[in-house]
Amino acid sequence: MLELQNICYQVTEDSQDIDILRNVSLKIDDEFTVITGPNGGGKSTMAKIITGIVKPTSGKILLDGEDITDLSITDRARKGISFAFQQPVRFKGLTVLDLLNLAHGEKLSLDAACQYMSEVGLCARDYINREVNASLSGGELKRIEIAMVLARGTKLSIFDEPEAGIDLWSFNNLIRVFEEMRRKIEGSIVIISHQERILNIADHIVVIADGQVSEQGTREEVLPKLLTSSEACSTLMDKVV
Amino acid sequence: MAQKIDQLQKHMLEKIADLHSVPEGAYNIRSNGTLSGRNTTANIDIVSKEDKPGIDIIIKPGTRNESVHIPVIVSQSGLKDLVYNDFYIGEDADVTIVAGCGIHCGGDDTTEHDGIHTFHIGKNAKVKYVEKHYGEGDGAGERILNPTTVIYMEPDSYMEMETTQIKGVDSTIRDTTAKLEDGATLIIKEKIMTHGKQYAETNFQVDLDGVDSTANVVSRSVAKGTSRQVFNSKICGNNKCYGHTECDAILMDEGHVVAVPSLDANNLDASLIHEAAIGKIAGEQLTKLMTLGLTEQEAEEQIVSGFLK
Repeated sequence: MLELQNICYQVTEDSQDIDILRNVSLKIDDEFTVITGPNGGGKSTMAKIITGIVKPTSGKILLDGEDITDLSITDRARKGISFAFQQPVRFKGLTVLDLLNLAHGEKLSLDAACQYMSEVGLCARDYINREVNASLSGGELKRIEIAMVLARGTKLSIFDEPEAGIDLWSFNNLIRVFEEMRRKIEGSIVIISHQERILNIADHIVVIADGQVSEQGTREEVLPKLLTSSEACSTLMDKVV
Repeated sequence: MAQKIDQLQKHMLEKIADLHSVPEGAYNIRSNGTLSGRNTTANIDIVSKEDKPGIDIIIKPGTRNESVHIPVIVSQSGLKDLVYNDFYIGEDADVTIVAGCGIHCGGDDTTEHDGIHTFHIGKNAKVKYVEKHYGEGDGAGERILNPTTVIYMEPDSYMEMETTQIKGVDSTIRDTTAKLEDGATLIIKEKIMTHGKQYAETNFQVDLDGVDSTANVVSRSVAKGTSRQVFNSKICGNNKCYGHTECDAILMDEGHVVAVPSLDANNLDASLIHEAAIGKIAGEQLTKLMTLGLTEQEAEEQIVSGFLK
């Protein structure tokens, strides 16, 4: 279980202090949590704080009761946190298979690599030996990014807008991938998303707006409010209509 | 010819030619300036030059799926070895040529090997040329390798050259020139890593003289420590042709890289492109691999070895 306690994150820009996150406290159990809310509200920053890429100004992060606030990205990854970036990184020279192997922690069999790739709607034969460079499209990179998280198989998996850049056909598969993940990993899945179809399969929904948790609860509690309140989440409305 | 391959030579052969024993097919092993093993086949002849050090490698027209290995090993500190190797590749042949030089310098004197390789590639012939350079040894003496490659390509011939220098060479000046006739294609892939105080200079000059001749010259390099690299690549388009040159370098520590791609178009239908990018490892690449559980150092190693793969 992941717990955020009073997380604040402040940056200084043009000698002005700006609060990106303000006193965010959250508990994420072994379930399927979707974090949503307007763009610029602090969702991606929160994911980066959980994974150790960004250090909070104050507050604590606990993973299964252990304080991981001061742990490095590497240590947190080894403790079981995975993160699919919103904008996947390109590597000249490293192939899809190289990255899957690194994600898995040991060399994957071709069959296993194939399995992870097909789960994200890509044919392994066409992809595993390709370099993860500019020759891959944004949508292909996103799917490979998700396959890497599948290959890690950790207890907490965080996806930052996995649907962005994925076509409709793949999107249907993606929903299935997330359902399958929840069944297999038996861990926590956190997805940052604006998509109603992803919100629809959430156990738990957290709304982050203006650096704060503005709403949280079960899907049944939160989703109806989101879909009727244009003020709380106009961006969401734009995307789901 | 008696085989005189000792443990050190065996180790060096593995490094420069991925050979674990005496190669199959045609080969010529040069060790400390003398011949230490040779084999010829029905289609591939190797003849020592009489006027200067070196060999002629003569590949009969139509030779298919054969290989020639010509590794050079220098383990005698202070030796300055100069060799001229000329390759005559007959029409319609399809062969792989593996060259390479390993210097093991255990003494304090400068050890040097300068190999001058000239390729005459016949019509419609196809050549894959793999060249590796490697240095090692505890001695304080410098290890210097200055390879020169001269390529003449007849109509519709094809050559792919993979040249690699990953470790242990203190100083290198690598000159490659090529002249391409109608329909000839030349692909060059260079990989270089320098460390410590090493210096590596690469000079490519490709003349696209023939109609529909094509060249693609790609260099990837990593400069670590206080090492320096200079990359000069010039493609001249003298006819309707296509040329592309690319230099991609990763800087580490206090490495220094100069890239000078140059294009010279002498014909309205010449299409020439150059690209050059130099920079340190992107922070986001390190971060991504660290989120997979790698330490920063492991991430760096993976990125560099992938880049030079």
